[in-house]
Amino acid sequence: MTKVDRIAEPWGTRTPYGPGEPWPVRVDTYLADGLGPADVDRWVQSASILHSNGDGVDIAVKDDRIVGVRGRAGDRVNHGRLGPKDLYGWQANASPDRLMAPLVRRSGRLVESDWDTAMDLVVRRTKELLAEQGPSALSFYTSGQLFLEEYYALGLIAHGGLGTNHVDGNTRLCTATAAEALKESFGCDGQPGSYTDIDHCDVLALYGHNMAETQSVLWTRVLDRLAGSDPPLVVCVDPRPTPVARAATVHLANRPGTNVALMNGLLRELIDQDWIDHDYVANHTVGFDELRRRVGEVSVEEAARICDVPADLMREAARLIGTGERLVSTVLQGFYQAHQATAAAVQVNNVHLLRGMLGRPGCGVLQMNGQPTAENTRECGADGDLPAFRNWSNDHHVADLADIWRVDPMDIPHYSPPTHVMQMIRYAEEGSIRFMWITATNPAVSLPELARVRSILSQERLFVVVQDIFLTETAAFADVVLPGATWGEKTGTFTNADRTVHLSEQAVEPPGQARSDLDILIDYARRLGLRDRDGEPLVKWNDPESAFEAWKECSRGRPCDYSGLSYDKLRGDSGIQWPCNADQPDGTERLYANGGFWSAPDVCESYGRDLVTGAPLEETEYRALNPQGKAIIKAAAFTAPHEVPTDEYPFWLTTGRTLYHFHTRTKTARASQLQAAAPEVWVELSAGDARRGEVSEGDRVEVSTPRGSLRARVRVTDMRDGVLFVPFHYGYWDHQVDGEPAAATAANELTITEWNPVSKQPIFKTAAARLTLLSRAEGQPARAPTTTAARPVATDVPPTTGGPSALADEAFSDVLR
Amino acid sequence: MKLDWAIRELHRSEQELRQELLRVAERHAADHDIYYMARDLAAWSAAHVEQLAAIGRRYGLELNADDADGASVTEQLREESARLLGRRPEPALLLLRDVRQVHLKAAGVSLDWELLAQAAQGAKHLELLELAERCHPDTLRQMRWANAKLKESSTQALLA
Repeated sequence: MTKVDRIAEPWGTRTPYGPGEPWPVRVDTYLADGLGPADVDRWVQSASILHSNGDGVDIAVKDDRIVGVRGRAGDRVNHGRLGPKDLYGWQANASPDRLMAPLVRRSGRLVESDWDTAMDLVVRRTKELLAEQGPSALSFYTSGQLFLEEYYALGLIAHGGLGTNHVDGNTRLCTATAAEALKESFGCDGQPGSYTDIDHCDVLALYGHNMAETQSVLWTRVLDRLAGSDPPLVVCVDPRPTPVARAATVHLANRPGTNVALMNGLLRELIDQDWIDHDYVANHTVGFDELRRRVGEVSVEEAARICDVPADLMREAARLIGTGERLVSTVLQGFYQAHQATAAAVQVNNVHLLRGMLGRPGCGVLQMNGQPTAENTRECGADGDLPAFRNWSNDHHVADLADIWRVDPMDIPHYSPPTHVMQMIRYAEEGSIRFMWITATNPAVSLPELARVRSILSQERLFVVVQDIFLTETAAFADVVLPGATWGEKTGTFTNADRTVHLSEQAVEPPGQARSDLDILIDYARRLGLRDRDGEPLVKWNDPESAFEAWKECSRGRPCDYSGLSYDKLRGDSGIQWPCNADQPDGTERLYANGGFWSAPDVCESYGRDLVTGAPLEETEYRALNPQGKAIIKAAAFTAPHEVPTDEYPFWLTTGRTLYHFHTRTKTARASQLQAAAPEVWVELSAGDARRGEVSEGDRVEVSTPRGSLRARVRVTDMRDGVLFVPFHYGYWDHQVDGEPAAATAANELTITEWNPVSKQPIFKTAAARLTLLSRAEGQPARAPTTTAARPVATDVPPTTGGPSALADEAFSDVLR
Repeated sequence: MKLDWAIRELHRSEQELRQELLRVAERHAADHDIYYMARDLAAWSAAHVEQLAAIGRRYGLELNADDADGASVTEQLREESARLLGRRPEPALLLLRDVRQVHLKAAGVSLDWELLAQAAQGAKHLELLELAERCHPDTLRQMRWANAKLKESSTQALLA
């Protein structure tokens, strides 16, 4: 047993292992002040909630309070390890400013109320609008942080009960492109690869994916491979000097907005060198000739010039990718939040199709996501899609769903694609959406161009319901605030980025009058009197387990088949990957073994979209393109972003996250160790740009775009020239003077209202910005981590540490229990 | 031989489509989806116009390679007023009318490309045929975009 400061050492101690060997167990534990394992009354099974990795965790309970966490040694995802947010983030649950009672707006102010009053207001407004305008007035904007059962309830109520098409999750900001890219290439959502592919690969390529900070335990797995025998070669595509870039064999720090040019350059080289599995391409794909023609239009030199990377380096990256025998690729926000998001992510799938590297150990694509339950938002239809990857433009799929829900197919809106959140905001701006129920997310900080978002949410004619555990920046615009229960206070399941399903059991009671999101939604359905076609209640279940049983039936026979799972089966050695059914009772490690896809016209989730205009393909077009259900190779030409740097705004602005915070810090800022590691906003720039602009570490500057500005201290790093990076976590709830923001700190004051036309994911990775000096540092460096991509060039910045209160235990074991 | 007539007609209809797309972008500047995509699609038509002008010279035509690039002062004023009007419901109906118009104009351009391709094939003018084969798919995608946008917007615009 060793003690480690996991703020200073986010990935903990190395346990090296070689290719094909089991990843050793290391059990991480953190208990509140002075408590030891013997003091704990009981351990309650769960999984991690502040990222998408899905680490198995046990919650320690003493005197009916949560007092700590311990990694689950037998979990397939983490083998006992936990990340910094897992170790310390749970403390936010007991924060004294939790919402304890419903609030309603009276004479312009939110005042404490009770459930009957609050729910009556919500139900009354719903009924008024249904009578006046119909379901087109109603919208639901949810999260990537509820549980599966809650999303399924929301989808059923909104789609099957109310009949509105306006349902989306904040997963639109984090994982919409992952889902869309999988649909475009494989006809259906569903992660092809598995985390265990890390154990086998000889080449690992990370595209716009700072895994070290976004999925820190998965990165620990990579670090352990890198420390062991025959380590994999690593290719990193990222403009920032992330920990991934520093570990990479080849780092391509491309200019923001050039991902498609970069991918086309790599694909061109793969084709020129004939690093292609021609049998695989011939037997299992359509579209290769179009790709060859398209990437043939631009030479590697020209692609490298567009990306501003050395052509030789691009060729070297292609050589690693093209000659590796077991290739794993992962993709995240650097690709997903850029203007050609879907086209770029699809090209990564194309690499694997050209090389025939799918469905075998060490050969996988991981189109990642950011939030713990984002996968369930996608599966259950809470992102607007139909549940269990049904195709909204396939009448048989709609009829099948209607049968399960016992409603008329016409009651399920399927006349057009679901309304994505940016379009909902537009409808609210026009006044045709008049009711927005926001669950567990904070659009007043996380959506682009905040001045616009605030002006729309604050309209009197828009009725806003906010369901959350704290009074967020968004709650300030609410007509009704509903206090939710969170992780550890309710039971349910959720699924991580590699299809691993976990059960998370209730450990303690929620505070005050707070209720689980599932209870709130079922209560809403009951009060509305929603009925099925037989006159029975539409929502036929009343607790998480019965909701899960209903979901199992909805998913039966679909790609995300949960029918072989149960709460009991999910207890014990935890983590089972879907599909799990009678044929695959222990789950399924990898999809698409032997080139079998869910892409036949009658079964696919989507007929695909035009990669430039986003227009959906018609069924007849898809049938002509892909009659036999192969994988689809789709090509795209590079186009420049609409907003590019100018004399007035000379920098590329890119925004993102840091290891120690999650989203808008509602939880992580309430855990002292995490907040202290990254207490306030900063702006990163390169040493060259700092010298030319005559600014240095710690100087206070203003960053501006045509939309707005913010104030931050400068962090000078090894980043490529011409780029400013600002973390997006810093809203206003903890920086107020007399109820007003002390200074603008939110990165989304700056971002542009624009999205990828295919996945509808907003663009957070490019905008044009300028930087103006406000005052000198006076010896105070930026209060940014030194352990991460924000590592300073200056050697005299004090290192980020957590001190005694951040000491966690590590226990090692030779065998996986 | 009336190939010059067919090229001139297509040059005219592509210019009209381009202008229509730019007008739609201006009028719906507060609708970001429309604003950006309509301008991008206008650039496709502008590229077609340029190529038609180039090939037209071989048929004795003097066609403009472009018409008034970028936004004029009046266009900018219209964009500004469009943004200010962004809060009213009427733009949703106006959008339906405008996108419908884009679709009709693009359909005309599509037919003109077909006419030209037929004639070029008959006359064995391979470069002209190649141009048609390269550009016509863009026109079909412009039509599909307009069609998809109408499907997506009509329910909300007509029922709200």
